Amino acid sequence: MKEIKQITKKALSMLIVFTVLCGIAYTGVITGAAQLIFPHQSNGSIIEVNGVRYGSELLGQQYNDERHMWGRIMNLDVSTYQDENGEPLMYATPSNLSPASEEYQQLVAQRVDMIRQANPDMKETAIPVDLVTCSGSGLDPHISKAAANYQVARIAKENQMNEQEVQEIIDKCTQGKFLGVFGEETVNVLKVNLMLDGILE
Amino acid sequence: MFATVMQYVLYLAFLIVLAIPLGAYIKKVMNGEKTFLSKILTPCETAVYKVMGVDSEEQMNWKKYAISVLIFSGIGFVFLFVLQLLQGVLPGNPQHLKGVNWDLALNTAISFITNTNWQAYAGESTLSYLTQAVGLTVQNFLSAATGIAVLFALIRGFIKVKADGLGSFWVDVTRIIIHILLPLNVVVSLLLVGGGVIQNFDGANSVALVEPIAVSQDGEILEDADINVSSNTVKVDGQVIEDAKIVTEQFVPMGPAASQVAIKMTGTNGGGFMGVNSAHPLENPSAFTNLIEMTSILLIPAALCFTFGSALKNKKQGVAIFTAMFICLVVAIACIGVSEQAGTQQLAQNGAVNISLVDQAGGNMEGKEARFGIASSSTWAAYTTAASNGSVNAMHDSFTPLGGMVTMLLMQVGEVIFGGVGCGLYGMLAFAILTVFIAGLMVGRTPEFLGKKIEPYEMKWAVLVCLTTPIVILVGSGIAAMIPEVSESLTNHGAHGFSELLYAFSSCGGNNGSAFAGFNSNTVFLNVSLGLAMLIARFVPIVGTLAIAGNLAKKKKIATTAGTLSTTNGMFIFLLIVVVLIVGALSFFPALALGPLAEFFSNLM
Repeated sequence: MKEIKQITKKALSMLIVFTVLCGIAYTGVITGAAQLIFPHQSNGSIIEVNGVRYGSELLGQQYNDERHMWGRIMNLDVSTYQDENGEPLMYATPSNLSPASEEYQQLVAQRVDMIRQANPDMKETAIPVDLVTCSGSGLDPHISKAAANYQVARIAKENQMNEQEVQEIIDKCTQGKFLGVFGEETVNVLKVNLMLDGILE
Repeated sequence: MFATVMQYVLYLAFLIVLAIPLGAYIKKVMNGEKTFLSKILTPCETAVYKVMGVDSEEQMNWKKYAISVLIFSGIGFVFLFVLQLLQGVLPGNPQHLKGVNWDLALNTAISFITNTNWQAYAGESTLSYLTQAVGLTVQNFLSAATGIAVLFALIRGFIKVKADGLGSFWVDVTRIIIHILLPLNVVVSLLLVGGGVIQNFDGANSVALVEPIAVSQDGEILEDADINVSSNTVKVDGQVIEDAKIVTEQFVPMGPAASQVAIKMTGTNGGGFMGVNSAHPLENPSAFTNLIEMTSILLIPAALCFTFGSALKNKKQGVAIFTAMFICLVVAIACIGVSEQAGTQQLAQNGAVNISLVDQAGGNMEGKEARFGIASSSTWAAYTTAASNGSVNAMHDSFTPLGGMVTMLLMQVGEVIFGGVGCGLYGMLAFAILTVFIAGLMVGRTPEFLGKKIEPYEMKWAVLVCLTTPIVILVGSGIAAMIPEVSESLTNHGAHGFSELLYAFSSCGGNNGSAFAGFNSNTVFLNVSLGLAMLIARFVPIVGTLAIAGNLAKKKKIATTAGTLSTTNGMFIFLLIVVVLIVGALSFFPALALGPLAEFFSNLM
């Protein structure tokens, strides 16, 4: 019994010591260093032009306008978060649907129809899979090169640009694989759209 | 195709290259030897002993060691539980979140002290920064250190001859945190911030949307609406919709994420800062951060194999155990990768959807991020379920039936394919004891392992260690399947619905923590029952392992003779894998047949 009391005392002081060390000191030091060395990254990689915050380059948004490039399918959530005035804020969640169910088959078929309709020039081409699937976070800011190329004809026509110009914008917003091997080549949809709107250079 | 295969190979190569030197370093820390960081870190270590009044030379017997583990975890539980209940009135809460409900707080506290990190909560909407930093981050360190400490005690049990003591739990935990976990995580978290993971104390932010969204009065999103922001009117098909709201801004979560994420990966904890874990672009923004986070999952578990060999002065033994685990891991990655790359017929739509590899990752992209594609998502899925990490960078619920089944199997074999930090290896050593016993029976010799005779006492405990996980999972999911209200928690129905439930208990019974996230586990029954599953699966094996360690330490060492069964050759590796598969795979075959296998075969018809 005496031993248990002793162990409890040690365990308690151990928890306190490491709460200070790993909870407060560690978190504090990393935050300080992060703010000092990487202020843009550590604060959410927000795109700010002339004082207006046009989105975070890491958070996807939903685009339905045919002048814009479209991203992954989104499962919007406008009820969880509000700003200080109680106005709803947009967020998104993954679908968590099994890709092997009949329900899913119908869902994808609808998406295929919707995308075919918006891209009449591409009727003969199969739709890149990124455009008909919901992402893992629900907030994927990227699509594949194939998914971007698929939309070039539509974007050019709707914005009265030639395809070459659209392609140039896409190339500017494309990030290759890390070290040429890891991950996938991606196009940042928000950046493309801000460039199409003339907000970003 | 070649590039995709290379990606898998390089991920594995990168892991091995880092794990070998780390294993040597950890062995030095375990024995209190000098390392290249001793000059800076040893004074900190000594200072901690002084504050706590710890005798650094103490040798605990197995019972005292076990009681220390239990009491230490118990106090951690109470603190974390109360902290969550009270977070509403404590500082460090810029989002003004309320205190957490008792059942969710109970579940989360158990989840973090057991190194499971099952997420019934969504971080950005439920937990304050104070809870994340002082509660979760701290338990991430402590539960990881506890697992490694128990492994150290077991290793000492094999090394020591006619001795009683297994070392001091306090010294082990202190050394592990100060010499291994803290320095490693400072490096990892700074790399992550550089790659774009957030790290600040600001309240959540909002940014403008390029295209505003219209929402009807009852919260429905109005598709194809004609929105005029300046006059605040919404029209659908020319009709003005009264009381519609226009959403013009997006929520941007903030907070000290990188520091939490680093230890969540390296400590095989897995509890995300965000609800969707490392799939979230602010928690895992790029292929670079993904490489760092993913490698961190298996880094320490793999290194400990080499620590084990080096500490026993029998490097071959470490390599043999590593090889057995590695073979299983590679097979699992291959199965998941092939299955996910092939996609499903429901997705392919008779060729209307392009799932090829040209200019894209292709395959089953449902629930996967474009920047990770198939290769990085499949590798992560295998890593995180092989180790008892449980973080995800893609939604396992949306994997193909076979891909999802492999992740489940990796947890069901008892989290011994690398497994959690410390606990994976001590679990695997229990399987090794089982293997030498079975092999010994076959050739008619007294079983021995590493110069120690294996007798009924060790066998009883080893069987208990190996069987706890399957029993907890099967009994737990069996009971839950009979409770009607549980079916309300499912997102998918039929066979896949059962898979969601089975996955939840596999994850908690394996102390993994990942989920088929369509399963809403935040109900009183599930919070409590899954909490119990986690507790049993964590502490029964710990006590068993320490009992084995204590008894082994007391024994004399027997000399190796020509008749000694080698435990380092290919035959032993093969036998070990077979035993793991028999216990894991066979016990779960009936359950898997009702879930993922049923789903897979119904697709073939």
